[in-house]
Amino acid sequence: MLIQARVTVTLKNGVLDPQGKAISGSLAALGFAGVNAVRQGKVFDIALEALDRRTAEADLNAMCEKLLANTVIEDYAVEIV
Amino acid sequence: MTAAVILFPGSNRDRDMIAALEKIGGKPPLTVWHTETSVPDADLYVVPGGFSYGDYLRSGAIAARSPVMDALRRRADEGRLILGVCNGFQILTEAGLLPGVLMRNAGLKFVCREVKLKVENASTAFTSHYQPGQVLRCPVAHHDGNYFADPETLARIEGEGRVVFRYAEGTNPNGSINDIAGIVSEAGNVMGMMPHPENLIEAAHGGTDGRALFESALEVVEAA
Repeated sequence: MLIQARVTVTLKNGVLDPQGKAISGSLAALGFAGVNAVRQGKVFDIALEALDRRTAEADLNAMCEKLLANTVIEDYAVEIV
Repeated sequence: MTAAVILFPGSNRDRDMIAALEKIGGKPPLTVWHTETSVPDADLYVVPGGFSYGDYLRSGAIAARSPVMDALRRRADEGRLILGVCNGFQILTEAGLLPGVLMRNAGLKFVCREVKLKVENASTAFTSHYQPGQVLRCPVAHHDGNYFADPETLARIEGEGRVVFRYAEGTNPNGSINDIAGIVSEAGNVMGMMPHPENLIEAAHGGTDGRALFESALEVVEAA
């Protein structure tokens, strides 16, 4: 079956995110005064063929561990849409 | 000394590295394309700087998963010397041959300048021709050189003397934790560093502080 998934990769708590900080500063400069913090991450929309949902989930988790995330600094979440 | 330089699409400091290896090691190094599933017999393998795969996904991430890296991992297990400079350091961490990760520079800018490096460990295969505590000049040129490791890993590499070079005299250009500029593997045969020793080896470069790194490796190889 064709599975459409969304993988989200975010920085772990406590890991400094200079890009998020710069974006936050830029938003403030645009007048969005209420922004307290921005953390930048990545989204991967992945279409894959798999036997079933469970196999797809297992494959997607393995993809994150092996390539999509660097688990030293990043967390990931897999969502089948 | 037989050296081999590993090439990826987007490597661009390979020619400087090849020139340094030839001038100091006495013969031109072999070159190995990233699609190879084995690497030729060599005393020293070098992963040079550049922007492999355009830094897509994360710096070094795609290159670290290319076929040649499995072959390089086997050479590392045999105890062969492996040096990764700049993007090469990023590739070696992404491949799991060295701990930690190189994140975006804290100041967000690409930095291309000269820094000071303190030799923290002068008893590695790459630093025996330096004095402990010696401060060298060395150029850096990178956007992702901000070394980070979790507290446990950091305590381990610091405790085991595996921090080889530290940015000195307030010249940390990228926000690296503990001013770390270069580290070695647990067995000591794999070293990664962000600065470019290959770009300071002769008078035409304006200095020769990088030379001793290659001379150290050469001595280890010739003594073997």
